[in-house]
Amino acid sequence: MRSYLISRLLGMIPTLAVISVIIFVVIQLPPGDIVTSMLDRLQAQGVDTTEEYVQNLRAQYNLDKPLVLQYFYWAGNLLTGDMGYSHLYSRPVNDLLWERLGYTLSITISALFFTWLVALPIGIYSAIRQYSIGDYILTSIALVGLATPPFLVALIFMHIGFDWFGVSTGGLFSPEYEDAPWSWARVADLLAHIWLPMIIVGLGSAAFTMRILRANLLDELNKPYVVTARAKGVSPAKLIIKYPVRIAINPFISTIGFVLPSLISGEAIVSLVMGLPTIGPLLLQALLNQDMFLAGSLLMWLAILTVVGILLSDILLAWIDPRIRFE
Amino acid sequence: MSDAVLNPLADASAGRVEAAAISPRQLIWLRFRRHRLAYASGIFLLLLYIFTGFCEFVSPYGTTTRNDDAINAPPMGVHFFDAEGNFHLRPFVYAYRMEVNEDTWMREYSEDTTRMFPIRFFARGESYQMWNLFDSNVHLFTTDEGGYIHLFGTDQLGRDMFSRVFYGGRVSLSIGLVGVVLTIVLGILFGGLAGYLGGIADRVVNKSIEVLTCLPPLPLWMALSAALPVHWSPLLVYFGISIILSLFGWTGLARQVRGRFLSLREEEFVMAARLVGADTPRVIRKHMLPSFSSHIIATATLAVPGMILGETALSFLGIGLRPPVVSWGVLMFQAQNPLVIEMTPWQMLPGLFVVLAVMAFNLLGDGLRDAADPYSTAGAK
Repeated sequence: MRSYLISRLLGMIPTLAVISVIIFVVIQLPPGDIVTSMLDRLQAQGVDTTEEYVQNLRAQYNLDKPLVLQYFYWAGNLLTGDMGYSHLYSRPVNDLLWERLGYTLSITISALFFTWLVALPIGIYSAIRQYSIGDYILTSIALVGLATPPFLVALIFMHIGFDWFGVSTGGLFSPEYEDAPWSWARVADLLAHIWLPMIIVGLGSAAFTMRILRANLLDELNKPYVVTARAKGVSPAKLIIKYPVRIAINPFISTIGFVLPSLISGEAIVSLVMGLPTIGPLLLQALLNQDMFLAGSLLMWLAILTVVGILLSDILLAWIDPRIRFE
Repeated sequence: MSDAVLNPLADASAGRVEAAAISPRQLIWLRFRRHRLAYASGIFLLLLYIFTGFCEFVSPYGTTTRNDDAINAPPMGVHFFDAEGNFHLRPFVYAYRMEVNEDTWMREYSEDTTRMFPIRFFARGESYQMWNLFDSNVHLFTTDEGGYIHLFGTDQLGRDMFSRVFYGGRVSLSIGLVGVVLTIVLGILFGGLAGYLGGIADRVVNKSIEVLTCLPPLPLWMALSAALPVHWSPLLVYFGISIILSLFGWTGLARQVRGRFLSLREEEFVMAARLVGADTPRVIRKHMLPSFSSHIIATATLAVPGMILGETALSFLGIGLRPPVVSWGVLMFQAQNPLVIEMTPWQMLPGLFVVLAVMAFNLLGDGLRDAADPYSTAGAK
């Protein structure tokens, strides 16, 4: 187990290095750079700039160096935890990131748990009552859930909330707690708001996971060991939970690799629709305004979250399923 | 046609050996036909592609035609019976009667039962240019001069939603296909290289797949499509978006192709082909590809929904396709504001079409995958 852990941890390093190169290339793609967009802003304010000033700025951001060197400056800063300065918000990227990363994390992780919580009972029910009316209804709902883009679900939920309950469902806090310092009341207020984005973000992956669990369980249910257990007179509920479900549940963890990126994607777009203070809206603003330090760091952190999440799921899987550990 | 031709499998089980001698392609088709849901989805998609392909003809108006009498007007009902209960063989719609609500200052529409517009089929109406090639003015359905018909209502500029949904469908549905073609090319290329060559090529491709799959797709799509130059023409943006979508979409297909190549490489018939002197391209093209091409088609079908959803999401955010181009995502962009949805819920109709199309592709792909699997028992009961 220890050697597996070490090899996986070491394997993460090149992955993250490659990802950082990809992200650096992506943020270099738009025409112009951080200095040109800063100068545009200054010019719009009527400030005249000298050639010398521009040269100094470019030197300050290392833009006069070759691209490869620029990458190493950028990556080096990332490693030391200094992610630069956002000229869009006139604040260090670190500050912007830390106040939002927590919300992104809590929505994504709670959506993951929601996915499991919903997929497990429904998947089991659908499999043991295959072709029953309940199974048809649930699998149909799952089909629709799989096909509905998260932003559409968000819009529909907001429409329902507005129409039926007369409440505005956007945001993570009630207005009175929006800028309040952290307190238990504020945490309670957050919990009272976070469940809706959690459901919206998790719906698609819940449908996906439920379908996988159902299919796996259906395969397991016909295996001889289940028949044997049944013949021995094990009670039906115990039989299902104790044997086939334990095997069929593996994909819950092994599909984190698929589910997590889509949860993070969904979270980004749902936050935009619902006006949540997470990384998604910040990323869109950064991209639209060519604030490339900010955009690059945000992309990098979203990628790190995903990679670490997948790593954790792999470790969990190896811990649960010895077949993988000894491979 | 006799039953034996329609259903050779049934005959085979009855012991008539000669009727069972059907080609793999026929076998796949038969298995697919028994997947009723997948078959129906396939037909639905075919119709959708035909309708959106001929959207100039199908929709009564163009995408920019404005009806000043109907701003934010709700969908119209098609009637056969008029207000007095008389039956009309030719269906008709009633004109809008607009009133301004004294409290909210909103326009409210109701049916004006004194003015009705009969629906004319294959009649002449607004002129258009089909596929930028042929001039015509014949529409599937329209009304007489002076009348109007808005089956899906209108938007805030009085533009017909029905027409816009079908024009938008052409863009959204075709971007899925273009993206998938690129995905197939990339997937076969990289998957094939990895699987056939093995060694370093295999390791490089495998590592790239691993890296790409652990990136959250939407944020990267956002970054890439924000990087598309502003001065690009709509057509270039269109292809740019489909390339962006396929850049991250090829990994699943490549993995499948690689797996197939690895297992097929060891098969006797590949060995035999190589021994009689066939060169590598010929072995791949003539001997290996046919044995898993059906799988590729199934996987590609399952990749289309991701493309459609990706385009919709990007355009919805305002960084994908932009007006005046009309796509389902662009149409949803207008419906971003909860208030807009509140007042004009019919602006969500493009979303319904997205869901239906994606669902149909998922079902079709599942059916094709089962049908293409030679060991599958699904539907063979």
